[in-house]
Amino acid sequence: MCGIVGLFCKNPELEPLLGEYLSAMLVQMDERGPDSAGVAIYRDPASDGWSKLTLYCADPAVDWDAIGGEVLDVRAKHAVVLLEGDADEAEAAIRAAHPGVRVMSAGRVIEIYKEVGRPRAFAGEFRLDDFAGTHGLGHTRMATESRVTTEGSHPFSTGHDLCLVHNGSLSNHNRLRRELRREGIEFQTENDTEVAAGYLTWRLREGDSLETALESCLEALDGFYTFLVGTADGFAVLRDPIACKPAVLAETDDWVAMASEYRAIAVLPGATDAQIWEPEPRVVYAWEKALVA
Amino acid sequence: MAVAADVEVVDLATTALRDLNQRLHDLDPDAPDPRSWRIVNPNGAHAVACGLDALVDVEIVGHVGYYCAGMNKRATVRVRGNAGTGVAENIMSGSVVVDGNASQSAGATGRGGLVVVHGDAGARCGISMKGVDIVIRGSIGHMSAFMAQRGTLVVCGDAGEALGDSIYEAHLYVRGEVAGLGADCVEKELRDEHMAELRALLERAAIADVAPAEFRRYGSARQLYNFKVDNAY
Repeated sequence: MCGIVGLFCKNPELEPLLGEYLSAMLVQMDERGPDSAGVAIYRDPASDGWSKLTLYCADPAVDWDAIGGEVLDVRAKHAVVLLEGDADEAEAAIRAAHPGVRVMSAGRVIEIYKEVGRPRAFAGEFRLDDFAGTHGLGHTRMATESRVTTEGSHPFSTGHDLCLVHNGSLSNHNRLRRELRREGIEFQTENDTEVAAGYLTWRLREGDSLETALESCLEALDGFYTFLVGTADGFAVLRDPIACKPAVLAETDDWVAMASEYRAIAVLPGATDAQIWEPEPRVVYAWEKALVA
Repeated sequence: MAVAADVEVVDLATTALRDLNQRLHDLDPDAPDPRSWRIVNPNGAHAVACGLDALVDVEIVGHVGYYCAGMNKRATVRVRGNAGTGVAENIMSGSVVVDGNASQSAGATGRGGLVVVHGDAGARCGISMKGVDIVIRGSIGHMSAFMAQRGTLVVCGDAGEALGDSIYEAHLYVRGEVAGLGADCVEKELRDEHMAELRALLERAAIADVAPAEFRRYGSARQLYNFKVDNAY
């Protein structure tokens, strides 16, 4: 199993309520994924010349101010830090200087928070209701392919301001991981979704558009998946050709939502009257600010 | 909204789903009292009105989750909204009508009764059906009627890939395009008895705007399974 939720605010008046709605959606997916929970929030872009990183440290006594950047926010064992310069350089510098700190996300807009435990506890611990933002993704995990750890939780970063959440399981992740390591992609876990994220990172690095990169997953990945991919401007959905992992899309004048089941969408205002449909297998669905403005 | 005095209204926003289903299960099968039920605020809940075995009419106002009206026997269930995975799965008798769309595996493994979806149904519609009649006003997804043994699947729109893969003796009728036929599923002649079967089913489904002659018939080439066809139903 596993549960996926996503919410994109078409109406800017909803943005202050993004966290509240996303939290309510995530809690509805409790039974689908009681092992761990996570969200990606898109909010407060860093200024030109700056990058924003979400960092994680297992040691609760970590001194985030010693990292060297401007600490914007601390939630549970995560901190959001602003650093001057390119996100790649900032990430490399932190990995070199602070081996006990993991970089959960990097870019200018994205923030990723994830932890072992059930979604209601996660929502409280990370104060999800507080978040304002343009769009967000969430995941509740029922682990199948690898251990239940913070690192094995979703979302997975797939590059600057990009992330992936996944419902399903991949069969060819070991071979693909070996191939991607030869291309210079780094992996932190034995998790299958991290391989899909690494594959997307590689394709995007090689110059694919997001849509092309997702379409190439249909050939490269063997297994079951419903993917939700977050970008700086919106999100995209893809289901494998067999499409046994569920997905529901819904849209009103005010928002676009994606979830594993309708009950996660039912918590949104106007859900009853929303346009609701099931995404077709093998078709990339995408929403971006530019498309819906 | 005015509600007739003899309609039992249950609000799932304030009533536990198990309490509702238990009350429906506790009814006298032949003389249920009350006989008419209206369920409001389902909000995508799973297993609403599942396992009924009584001559009741149940109207569900809103969208439901998985396995709504699963294993239905004798009851008439109407969903005024969309239904998730496995609506009317393993239906035995009675009828289940969805006004909106249904997700995958609608009417799967059904042994009898009638399932009607006025919108589209997703993948695997009527998978392993064993006697149920299914009428879809819109289109159906891939792998529908996989290993379908008995019963009838009527699709007024299009069918996805691998329709009727490994089919036994179910009757398939599709009015629109078929993206592809599965193994051992072939097009067959639409004869008068098939037109009569279609006419009766469309009438039972209250679909009046399509004509039986507009459909094409599909069924088993009988090359894949080893039963002697004279023993078939």
